[in-house]
Amino acid sequence: MKYIPVIGLEVHVELKTESKMFCGCSADYFGKEPNTHTCPVCLGLPGALPVANKTAIEWCIKIGLALDCKISLLSKFDRKNYFYPDLPKGYQISQYDKPFCEKGSISIRSGNNTKTIGITRVHQEEDTGKLIHDIVNEKNVSLIDFNRSGVPLVEIVTDPDFESAGEVINYLKKLQQIVRYLDVSNADMEKGDMRLEPNISLKLSGDQELPRYKVEVKNINSFRFVEKAINYELKRQEELLEIGETPKQETRGWNEKKQITQSQRSKEEANDYRYFPEPDLPPFRFEQSYINELKNGLPELPEQKLYRFQSEFKLTLYDAEILTREIELADYFEKTVKTGKAKNLNPKQIANEIINKKVNIDEISPEVLAGQIQAKFQFTKVDKKELEEAIKKVLRENEKAVKDYRSGKIQVIGFLIGLVRKETAQPIDTLIIKNLLQKELSKQ
Amino acid sequence: MKLNELTIKQAIDGLRKKEFSALDLTESCLDQIARLNPLLNAFLTICNKEAINAAKQADEKLRIGDKSPLLGIPIALKDIYLTKNIRTTASSKVLDNYIPQYDATVVKKLKDAGAIILGKLNCDAWAHGSSGENSDYGPVKNPYNVEYTPGGSSSGSAASVAADMSIASGGTDTGGSIRLPAAFCNVVGLKPTYGRVSRNGIIAMSSSLDSIGHFTKTVEDSALYLNVTAGKDSFDATTPNLPVPDYSKNLNKSIKGTRIGIPKEFFTEGLDKKIKEKTMEAISFFEKQGAEIIDISLPHTDYAIAAYYIIQPAEVSSNLARYDSIRYGNKRSYFGKEAKRRIMLGTFTLSAGYYDAYYKKAMKVRTLIKKDYEEAFKKVDAIITPVSPTLPWKLGEKINDPLKMYLSDIFTVTANLAGIPGLSVPIGIIGPSTSSEQAALPVGMQILGPQFSEELLFNLGHQYEIGNPNKEKPQL
Repeated sequence: MKYIPVIGLEVHVELKTESKMFCGCSADYFGKEPNTHTCPVCLGLPGALPVANKTAIEWCIKIGLALDCKISLLSKFDRKNYFYPDLPKGYQISQYDKPFCEKGSISIRSGNNTKTIGITRVHQEEDTGKLIHDIVNEKNVSLIDFNRSGVPLVEIVTDPDFESAGEVINYLKKLQQIVRYLDVSNADMEKGDMRLEPNISLKLSGDQELPRYKVEVKNINSFRFVEKAINYELKRQEELLEIGETPKQETRGWNEKKQITQSQRSKEEANDYRYFPEPDLPPFRFEQSYINELKNGLPELPEQKLYRFQSEFKLTLYDAEILTREIELADYFEKTVKTGKAKNLNPKQIANEIINKKVNIDEISPEVLAGQIQAKFQFTKVDKKELEEAIKKVLRENEKAVKDYRSGKIQVIGFLIGLVRKETAQPIDTLIIKNLLQKELSKQ
Repeated sequence: MKLNELTIKQAIDGLRKKEFSALDLTESCLDQIARLNPLLNAFLTICNKEAINAAKQADEKLRIGDKSPLLGIPIALKDIYLTKNIRTTASSKVLDNYIPQYDATVVKKLKDAGAIILGKLNCDAWAHGSSGENSDYGPVKNPYNVEYTPGGSSSGSAASVAADMSIASGGTDTGGSIRLPAAFCNVVGLKPTYGRVSRNGIIAMSSSLDSIGHFTKTVEDSALYLNVTAGKDSFDATTPNLPVPDYSKNLNKSIKGTRIGIPKEFFTEGLDKKIKEKTMEAISFFEKQGAEIIDISLPHTDYAIAAYYIIQPAEVSSNLARYDSIRYGNKRSYFGKEAKRRIMLGTFTLSAGYYDAYYKKAMKVRTLIKKDYEEAFKKVDAIITPVSPTLPWKLGEKINDPLKMYLSDIFTVTANLAGIPGLSVPIGIIGPSTSSEQAALPVGMQILGPQFSEELLFNLGHQYEIGNPNKEKPQL
């Protein structure tokens, strides 16, 4: 390969706190009547002041801890000043030079390889309102819904460590899994709970330094578009480099209809956000003991659970991966293992049943499932004589099948097993019937 | 004595003894407003009907013995206090038609305490100014001489109390906007400790400097007013959860042995000689009462104005961004010259490449000034300085020279940068003098103390007042 992709990611995760970041309004805005979840603070009315949501800050720090970040004991909010109609104060409250969390890492798997991705920072900010372009009384209008204004966001920025769209997707899935394990966000891309902006550039293979340009791509609103958008952009840049041009440093938007990225804003037009410390919110001084408390309170994370499932339950990596993908399924599996223990079920049997039968965990309780598996595998202790009688009877009445078997068509044994079952009318272990049948058939 | 000339203390006594009603008191203020506002231009909005109704309700409550601390007291508010359903303009045409949806926390507290809102007071637009002349609704006149400025930015608030149009009034102080007009209008003005009074619902000028204070006729009234407005507010994260003492309790404590610092940086060449004399007279009064007078130094005072005029416009440029022509009715072109100047200044100093040289450096100076005061308050309990280096100037005199105008804040801005309280107390009238065409104009002193030392400031101010009675009223 002549060029190596250099990709870094900014991901915004919307927290599912009860109230917004800086006011008491409900943060649950999805699908709600426009402008019903608002107050002077999130409307940016004159005189209104922000008061920080403690839970949101805790959750931001938890995300940072889960990503192995250093937590800043001294932190603060800053104002990011820019003009946009959906930003009622004319500035967004964000974090600039003292984010809550910095310098973390996460390992992702692609195939058999694991790769470590550096986390530059994890910081907290507020969401903006939403512009809706519509036609009212035959006139094109832009409407603003402020329900989303002030909903807590966590921004997670990675180092430029990705080299393919596939790695990006693996990272996103992992990140989504982590925030869901932490129970701090629904992380549903289609609903906008999770938004990503990749920074993409190419360097010559063997180059040690980062390219001197980067292209930020916006508007990737679905998992399905991630790969397409990144690959399109990589190809576009490669073509430019091949004819001796350096791609422009700019922001481009993914156009799903046309399946291309389009220039939105060049470096020259880039905003100067005039960051300065938010004077309405005093800086934060955290005690190390408080951070430790949060750290100790973290749930078992996907990676830890994966390893534990493999070692504790002797599962394959494949099975463990499926079972730990969602915490609900992992919990369900563990509960079934627990109730199954009394029924002499082993974890492997349970894992197979859940994975192969795609058990609906919302409808079948762990207890019921354990019962079902037990019924399947536990057999009535049959009287050996009675079973031998039944076998003899079946063989007597099915001479053709016996002949077939003896002439090499051994698959007819299944047919014979079924008949024996019917004859005894009892749940008997197939293996026992099979063994006895084979013994009898080999007698001649 | 007319009812509108009463102090809060006197009015409360009279109301509770049923010597007159809240309605009598309110009507007397409204009459004075009707008579004098055409001359002084202190009020932008007069709430005749609402005030009369509120007075009648107050009388009902008085009848059943309600003891709410300001029950029946007519006051007026600077027009950057949001008042629900009452137009609030910040004296800027940008908000010419703005009707707020909610009351500022302070407004709510004052109403809950029984105060009657007479109306909204003129000021420099967005509180930018030292003379009141930046108002888009015309300047306020000084009640002691209408050719002179009443001081700003809370120009209407000072004039209203000085001219007995209201018993007290609310203002804001970001760099001296209460203390300077108080001194120029011969009334008492308090800039509380930063965070002592909630900023929620006050149109923000410079968020890290804005203090919400008030104007009264006496120091005792100032204490009674702060009793109502001070305290933690869950809507303002910069209000600490500290207990609110009864500020009127220790007014009569002996000041014997109190250590009062005189900072040499405030008594230099730029200070008007007669103001210096008056201030030294006031200081010698305290000395006679047994206070210990100590010379001190606040070495970074010289850099205060420069730091202030970087930090304050930076915050202004951000705080005014929301008036973006999309909301609030009027376009950005309605901003006046001074607001535009500060938006440009602030935008420049916060820009990439300039931030470190300006804003960051100014914040370092701010820390040094704070440390100056911390050091000083290890040696003294309070500090006394003049409020202004000059007497009130004539309207129009400085309006075309912003730098000269900015320098009138030189003795007041340090308190805002350090977040400490300052009480402006009248110390007499200078003039008239025929030789220098000097009109008779008031002078004030400023008593500064450590953060949350308002009790001590009131104690010193009150002792001065009872030792120096017979304050001269304006001839109107």
